[in-house]
Amino acid sequence: MPFLMAFSHYKYLTTKDEVYKGLTKAWSKGVAILFATGAVSGTMLSFELGLLWPKFMEHAGPIFGMPFSLEGTAFFIEAIAIGFFLYGWEKFNKWFHWFCGVVVGVSGLASGILVVAANAWMNSPAGFDYINGQYVNIDPIKAMFNEAWFPQAFHMSVAAFAATGFAVAGIHAYIILKKRNVIFHTKAFKIAAGFAIFGALLAPISGDVAAKSVAKRQPIKLAAMEAHFETERGASFVIGGVPDESTEKINYAIKVPKLLSFLANGDFNSEVKGLKDFPRDEWPPVAVVHYAFQIMIFFGSVMMAIAGLYLIASIWKKKWLTQSWFLKIFVAAIPFGYIALEAGWTVTEVGRQPWIIYGIMRTVDAVTPMPGIQYSFYFFTLVFLSLSLVIVFLLLRQIKMVPKLYDPTDPHYNPKSKTK
Amino acid sequence: MIYVVIAFLWVSICLYLITGGADFGAGIIELFSRNSYREKTRSLMLKSIAPIWEANHMWLIIAIVILFVGFPTIYTTVSTYLHIPLVLMLVGIIARGTAFTFRNYDAVHDSWQKLYTQIFYYSSLLTPFFLGMIAAATISGSIDTEAKDFLGLYIFSWLNWFGVCVGFFTVALCGYLASLFSLHQARFSDSLPIIIRKTRQTAVYVVLSGILVFASAYYSDIPLLKWIFSKALGIIAITLATVSLLFTNDAIKKKKFLLVRILGGFQIIMILVAATYQHNPDIILFANGTSLSLFDESAAPKTIAALGWALLLGSIFILPFLFYLLFSFDEKENKN
Repeated sequence: MPFLMAFSHYKYLTTKDEVYKGLTKAWSKGVAILFATGAVSGTMLSFELGLLWPKFMEHAGPIFGMPFSLEGTAFFIEAIAIGFFLYGWEKFNKWFHWFCGVVVGVSGLASGILVVAANAWMNSPAGFDYINGQYVNIDPIKAMFNEAWFPQAFHMSVAAFAATGFAVAGIHAYIILKKRNVIFHTKAFKIAAGFAIFGALLAPISGDVAAKSVAKRQPIKLAAMEAHFETERGASFVIGGVPDESTEKINYAIKVPKLLSFLANGDFNSEVKGLKDFPRDEWPPVAVVHYAFQIMIFFGSVMMAIAGLYLIASIWKKKWLTQSWFLKIFVAAIPFGYIALEAGWTVTEVGRQPWIIYGIMRTVDAVTPMPGIQYSFYFFTLVFLSLSLVIVFLLLRQIKMVPKLYDPTDPHYNPKSKTK
Repeated sequence: MIYVVIAFLWVSICLYLITGGADFGAGIIELFSRNSYREKTRSLMLKSIAPIWEANHMWLIIAIVILFVGFPTIYTTVSTYLHIPLVLMLVGIIARGTAFTFRNYDAVHDSWQKLYTQIFYYSSLLTPFFLGMIAAATISGSIDTEAKDFLGLYIFSWLNWFGVCVGFFTVALCGYLASLFSLHQARFSDSLPIIIRKTRQTAVYVVLSGILVFASAYYSDIPLLKWIFSKALGIIAITLATVSLLFTNDAIKKKKFLLVRILGGFQIIMILVAATYQHNPDIILFANGTSLSLFDESAAPKTIAALGWALLLGSIFILPFLFYLLFSFDEKENKN
């Protein structure tokens, strides 16, 4: 989101078009709302780690805490940059002001990557030796640069661009369809769609990197993602289907021969391990992981197709860009990025079960000894739900005020009137 | 390096208490303002905290991260036995943060505003109260890891008279800080006399609730008096805090409001020194007389070293900008 804002700001600075300035301001409010809720949920998170998982944190904290402490720094820089950006209009040198917006984006991205690095450590524990139940020779730097950090962070960053791009583009497309502030929203749509396309086209590449990494480190997760029960050479890629853990078979699936072997190892005839090769008590819930993976792949492909369509439209068929069927596709795609994102996280998190630290500590051993913990769980779930509702509510109200506050070409434009 | 890490821990708790305290206090002061003044108080308070309010939580997060990276046993002990008040404090922080976001960023102004203003007030009150309770629980020896039942393990670890009194004391302190800090903002406004009166009122509350804290400590056999007055530094810190209270009054009369701010911060630091130095480096005292010490419970040396460097580098990046941010806001105010 801050990158969208900075891009629009750049357009304003180079074209002097007031619409871009209004757009930048509108998006900066979006950034501020997301950031403020992010700050709240981040505070909550740092407590939750201990409130819910004290046994995990007792051992893991010193090992994988490094990215968290750096993330704190990045987050702080983001907070300061947002402060500068929001209150800095007409006060600073305009390019310095623009640079503050860029810093918001860069530090936000850095925070994301660092947090993902911490998560990656749980998938690919590194930077310590586990001897007789003791964690010794701790090296937090090695832990941070574990094997999984790059594939996961790359895939996540790209996916974040796609999800944000599609959501924002879709919202603006919807308002264009309603014929309100069309010039304003068309400009917004084009910028957001650009980011969406960039993300959607890079996602499969980064996904491939991630898949190969999973195949190497967590073959059981890969097997669950594909509901792949038998170890075989030239394994086929399974699309859809209903996995049945009791009979250890997958039914009604479409199988593309040898593709899985290629995707996992870069060789059509290589061996892919099946679930049966692993002890039963180390299996993740196969169905959940498999369905989540299918959902991610499906929405990822749809977004890729939309991206292709947009590219065709912007090169050869310019008139499509303003036609309603084209915009309607984008409206429909508003949630796609987020669905794929959540499904992807389900794959990586549920796929790691029953471990909280892969191969080292089981999730059941990590939870707090306090009885009645389910109430805390209900409570936190409720909080996150209401936070999401709050975001949606606030963003909707910002959008409602576009004519008055942000679009200088609108007859109702009067930003001063908001201070009552 | 361990000293660097502990110093950062202490400084971030201290800064959270000062900036966050003023922030919470703003809500508390508004809550206890008469309706006719509310709007004015609100805009003044908002102006003095708006630029830094998002940064306030960062100090808390930094303190927590230092705890779980550097002192995992301490972090997990606190979060296990004080689970309930921590969750309650979180409710406060979340509700407050959300309500504040609404007040600031909601583009439409209508009756919704009233609802979240109420949420803002009460969460401003509850958060520091539980914060005080948690702080009290860590040092009062009320955490009993050997208790046999739920009540003993997870409820009476924090729910006791001493905790309640420290809670009130923290609330009073926040209100005092907020009015003290907004004096500078109000210096050209016609509501200056109101804010001055509020500062004096809250100062009285701070002293009264402070006395309550000592009384309840005596009543619950917590050797608070002994800790503070047995060592020279404790006596000096408390004396300096009291003396600077008198100076503050004087500075208010002379309308030197920046000096007032500095004195206010100084008082908090002194109170924190008095409260933490005496049982240093033991940070958590248990019911059975044992304790967790910052030195004994620290993580592996490599982790501490990495954490220390991360903090040092981070502060090089952050602090100049933070000061510049505060400075440029003050400039803007002066121009207006």
